[in-house]
Amino acid sequence: MSLWEYANPTRFMAATRHLVPVTSALAGICIVAGLIWGFFFTPDDFRMGSTVKIIYLHVPSALLAINAWLMMLVTSLVWLIRRHHVSALAAKAAAPVGLTMTLIALITGAIWGQPMWGTWWVWDPRLTSFLVLFLFYLGYVALWATIEDPDTAADLTSVLCLVGSVFALLSRYAVLFWNQGLHQGASLSLDKEENVADVFYQPLLLSMAGFILLFIALVLIGTRTEIRARRLHVLNLRARAGA
Amino acid sequence: MTDLGKYAVEVLSAYAVTLALLVVLVLGIGLRSRRTRAALARAEAAAKAAADRHDHA
Repeated sequence: MSLWEYANPTRFMAATRHLVPVTSALAGICIVAGLIWGFFFTPDDFRMGSTVKIIYLHVPSALLAINAWLMMLVTSLVWLIRRHHVSALAAKAAAPVGLTMTLIALITGAIWGQPMWGTWWVWDPRLTSFLVLFLFYLGYVALWATIEDPDTAADLTSVLCLVGSVFALLSRYAVLFWNQGLHQGASLSLDKEENVADVFYQPLLLSMAGFILLFIALVLIGTRTEIRARRLHVLNLRARAGA
Repeated sequence: MTDLGKYAVEVLSAYAVTLALLVVLVLGIGLRSRRTRAALARAEAAAKAAADRHDHA
């Protein structure tokens, strides 16, 4: 069976009907377990004290802020090249989730930065590129909302998504491009020396799994809603034409 | 309750803001899904009724 068969809205709806409750339940379990484990059953860091517990919120939300945009990039390219409506609607459904994750990453980062760096905000390459990514998310959501014709909206938002991808990648790699600023490098690394300590690693992985599953569940629900809204729009047009 | 020391306000506020934003996000998507499903069901029923009337006429 080809992946492209899911571009058919009817097949997509049938295939995802049972996936939504499963991913939603798993997301709830992983997030609750990961956050309880991290909050109550991990020690304070010797330098950061109890603020290290913010890592279970900040890292998963930042991870999704970037990767939600990259998912939107892939689905936007599919729309631009192959004109599959489901892919454009999936990108539209992912935007509010990515927007919220970017906002969470910015807020938790500021709250964490204040006691550690002595400031809520600094024009550091990573922080600045994240702020620009947030503005791109706002623009993307606004563009969908302001254009009435869905195909035109999908075209223009896809182009915006291509442009914004530069900042999504910068958010991830800015620390490597410019070796300056206050923000540290990646929290998770294959290099044992750079990685977070083992005691924080496992609850962090669980929390990240929960956030990823939540993203999948919300995008599936959102895409199903957009498919229904599109069908509703067509029925309303037909009813108006017939009246 | 775990002892958060001098950073209790920062840690608790980070958790509170995150959970609040996640709840708003999930409720927003869930409510829109429910509303759209109900509106589509009504529109499909109306379209079916119109088609039936057309067949009888």
